[in-house]
Amino acid sequence: MDSYESAPQHIASSRLKDYFIGATPLQKRLESVRKQTSFVPTPPRRKIPQCSQLQEDNDPQKVAFLLHKQWTLYSLTPLYKFSYTNLKEYASLLSAFIAAEKQKGLAVEVGEDFNIKVTFSTLLGMKGTQRDPEAFLVQILSKSQLPSENREHKVLWTGWFCCIFGDSLLETVSEDFTCVPLFLANGAETNTAIVGTWFQKTFDCYFSPLAINAFNLSWMAAMWTACKMDQYMAATEFLWSVPCSPQSLDISYAIHPEDAKALWDSVHKTPGEVTQEEVDLFMDCLYSHFHRHFKIHLSATRLVRVSTSVASAHTDGKIKILCHKYLIGVLAYLTELAIFQID
Amino acid sequence: MSPQKRVKNSQVQKRTSQVSGNYPTHLLAWEEKEDLNDSKYSLKRGQNNPVEDYGHADDQAEDALQIAVRYFEKGPVKTSQNKDKILEKHLKTVENVALKNGLAPEGIDILLNVALSGKFGSAVNTRILKCMIPTTLISEHSVVKAVSWLCVGKCSGSTKVLFYRWLVAMFDFIDHKEEINLLYGFFFASLQDDALCPYACHLLYLLTKKENVKPFRVRKLLDLQAKMGMQPHLQALLSLYKFFAPTLISVSLPARKKIYFKNSENLWKTALLAVKQRNQGPPPEPLKLMLGPAKVRPVKRKWNSYSVIPVLNSSGCSKECGKKGMILSNYLSSRELFPLEQLKSFPQLLKNIHCLELPSQMGAVLNNSLLLHYINCVKDESILLRLYHWLSQTLQEECIWYKVNNFEHEKEFANFLATINRAQCFLQEGFYSCETFLYKSLPLWDGFCCRSQFLQLVSWIPFNSFSEVKPLVFDHLAQLFFTSTIYFKSSVLQSLKELLQNWLLWLSVDIHMKPVMNSPLETTLGGSMNSVSELIHYVGWLSTTAMRLESNSTFLLHFILDFYEKVCDIYINYNLPLVVLFPPGIFYPALLSLDSSILNQLCYIMHRYRKNLTAAKKNELVQKTKSEFNFSSKTYQEFNHYLTAMVGCLWTSKPFQKGFYIDPDVLEKTGVAEYKNSLNLVHHPALLSYAVSFLLREWPEERTTVNMSSIRGKKWNWYLDYLFSEGLQGLKLFIRSSIHHSSVP
Repeated sequence: MDSYESAPQHIASSRLKDYFIGATPLQKRLESVRKQTSFVPTPPRRKIPQCSQLQEDNDPQKVAFLLHKQWTLYSLTPLYKFSYTNLKEYASLLSAFIAAEKQKGLAVEVGEDFNIKVTFSTLLGMKGTQRDPEAFLVQILSKSQLPSENREHKVLWTGWFCCIFGDSLLETVSEDFTCVPLFLANGAETNTAIVGTWFQKTFDCYFSPLAINAFNLSWMAAMWTACKMDQYMAATEFLWSVPCSPQSLDISYAIHPEDAKALWDSVHKTPGEVTQEEVDLFMDCLYSHFHRHFKIHLSATRLVRVSTSVASAHTDGKIKILCHKYLIGVLAYLTELAIFQID
Repeated sequence: MSPQKRVKNSQVQKRTSQVSGNYPTHLLAWEEKEDLNDSKYSLKRGQNNPVEDYGHADDQAEDALQIAVRYFEKGPVKTSQNKDKILEKHLKTVENVALKNGLAPEGIDILLNVALSGKFGSAVNTRILKCMIPTTLISEHSVVKAVSWLCVGKCSGSTKVLFYRWLVAMFDFIDHKEEINLLYGFFFASLQDDALCPYACHLLYLLTKKENVKPFRVRKLLDLQAKMGMQPHLQALLSLYKFFAPTLISVSLPARKKIYFKNSENLWKTALLAVKQRNQGPPPEPLKLMLGPAKVRPVKRKWNSYSVIPVLNSSGCSKECGKKGMILSNYLSSRELFPLEQLKSFPQLLKNIHCLELPSQMGAVLNNSLLLHYINCVKDESILLRLYHWLSQTLQEECIWYKVNNFEHEKEFANFLATINRAQCFLQEGFYSCETFLYKSLPLWDGFCCRSQFLQLVSWIPFNSFSEVKPLVFDHLAQLFFTSTIYFKSSVLQSLKELLQNWLLWLSVDIHMKPVMNSPLETTLGGSMNSVSELIHYVGWLSTTAMRLESNSTFLLHFILDFYEKVCDIYINYNLPLVVLFPPGIFYPALLSLDSSILNQLCYIMHRYRKNLTAAKKNELVQKTKSEFNFSSKTYQEFNHYLTAMVGCLWTSKPFQKGFYIDPDVLEKTGVAEYKNSLNLVHHPALLSYAVSFLLREWPEERTTVNMSSIRGKKWNWYLDYLFSEGLQGLKLFIRSSIHHSSVP
């Protein structure tokens, strides 16, 4: 009975020990998931997006390109062995992959001239902290048949990867990984699928569509209403969906942005921060106002879209960012949601 | 198989083994023999070969074969009048022998030469090639020699085609392939021949190694593709090239395509089976002509994968791109790394474990037991992280109740869970991804979907501090438990039993590892034991309540006692200092059960508790020093209390002496006047029927007046033997260990 102290058991158990010590990234992940699952999924307070946190060296043309477009959101697990020095090679491999996928069965040589072109480029300065990895942009361009050099390539599809204030994720992976948990795509879904497949195969990562639930949409509504704007470009609009057959009923509720801001200011107490109570109160005020006029309890329906002058977001995981000033702020919240999904 | 045949076969095998070892001299010897005239030759052969005792008919056939082979080697005789007849006779001989027993390597060597040298007409060459069936193996040298004839241009196009087809069909029976691989360029060049192209592709497909894939060949293949369009054989070869050199080429195969080569070997199909049988051993694995995503299911709803678990592919460019000069590194790395696709056996894994190429998508290991071994012992954190991320996301995405209720794909998800469970069982370790998945999805589970697979996940939760996991898993599970059917309850108890067993196994292995650092989890033995005992108490609580809810169901009680069968043996079986007794809510219903098998199981468990407690006591006395794991006297008292109750109910007929008060009115209602004598081995409700059958069997004449009380003294002992012979082994062990026979009532 006392003879179990043999060597093989020691070896077999050493790995178990590693986990108990809790020093490994994997263990840290587990701890963070436990915490998240056992408590309220989101912290009860967040910062109001501040004026441009964009760093000096960003390219205004590229940033302008990202605005006013509808992006479909995805969460993305860390990329394994991705290297910023190889973007050129990735471009040529991906374009060959796309060409091969488009003509199923026909092999193509890497580096061959196709009628499409793929580019990879970094989005300098698109980060929350210095630790955040550089954001990067992937584009599929169609090549014009005309020989003239100066003709612009037509952009067929765009996707970009970013990580804004991703500290909680960065802490839990080793250096072989690049964390860009938020992926935004614009263009045909077939192209998204091909690019996604290539990334998954090449960097052993996983894309999942990132939906935004009503709870998070209310947070967005509050945070974006709280942003100081020099000039409002669009009305603040909410869309609720009432599930009924044969067709669901949508209720649209538009408010003048200055009225919305006034309402917010009346419920807002802690400077620079948004708390859960404030979000709830803000939405409750809207509900009761609506009920007073239409006798409909909006709280019994489902919030599906929020549009403000800062950005608009749909529960399907679609976003359009309108205001250059708060780009980073919007992305920071989306990064947070993406990290929550991949945890 | 007759003994004669066996002798002959062993000789054949000996001969082939010689061939591979010392080929030229042997062939020389064979030819030398041929030079002798027939009668002497057979005599001499008899002397040379000590095992020359096979059948006469076979012997004759062999001789005829020698003559025929010699005839072909010499070339056609121009002068003879009935040359066609002779030719036909010899051809027939060769064909008969070849189809029956196959040809020895020497024979194939000579006849291949004949067929490709163009000595005879095309029809004869065809017939010869068709019967080039080896007894066991074909020598590589013969093939190389034969290929050299192709360069001379003496044989017709159709013969060439047939030769290529033969080569493809017989590929597995060629003893070595190194020299043939040196001719890669030659075979590659024959792609230009339109007729040969499909077969050359197939041959190259079998022959290609990583180092054969060169940019100029890729370009040539692409040119061919441009010329001939989308040919399945070219596709196959191109995708193999892509597999070896993803940085040179890209190809995407239609998902449903399965066959890339026309079955080149069908000419020799039956013959090949015969050869495989002759070679015995496991037949060589059929080469997999299904590439990449061939194993796919119908196109999935999702864009990002063909199947849930990725196909095993060695890592392509992610590694190679990291270096400058990708193409160069391609060739360099091919010599350093052991390619995944060649990994077929455990010894191979051991030999190459330091230089194994890893799959590009780590999820693929789930379907590969060898790689599961690998990840089990590898220290590389990034491998585990890759698997963790992939598995966590896939579980979330595939789970039919986690995000959107999408119950169409239940079967698919159940299969996926089953695969994971198989892998966990194989590794004897739970994946962390599954644990986090349980945290997230259990609160949303309906208790019905994929029940058995999902509950199995529960049994693989890695060892944890119970109090930490309880709110995440066990509280949710309890809610489902209490509101579901008895079958669900039983399944939950079953998985909790497995969970307990897994935890105990991990701990018993880990017991002597002293904690090195402070950690968030309990690492001291005391903490771990605490966690296990909390789990047991949790199950005790579930069981007690369930017994009440299900009105003491025997069915449920079986599952509960199964759990305690594990619990009672922890000290002895797992060497862990823990004895937890069952709660009274389980003990008394089991003791007073109407079912004899329950009573029997209870007896067994009590017997094991006793063994464990005595062993613990003994150890305490030996060690003298007071250890923190000495059981409190309360455990012993509790056990003794149960034991007294059992002995009272089964043996001494003095049940519940202490601490029980039964209202006399209630007793009167039951109509049992002498209740004190109504509970023992004879009168116990579970055993009463045994007592009756015992009396009827032994004293059939007293059929009318079965007197239970007559079982005492000697009869009592006979009755005991009767009970034991009826399979109540637990009862036997209990009585033998807990009751001294002096106390026979």
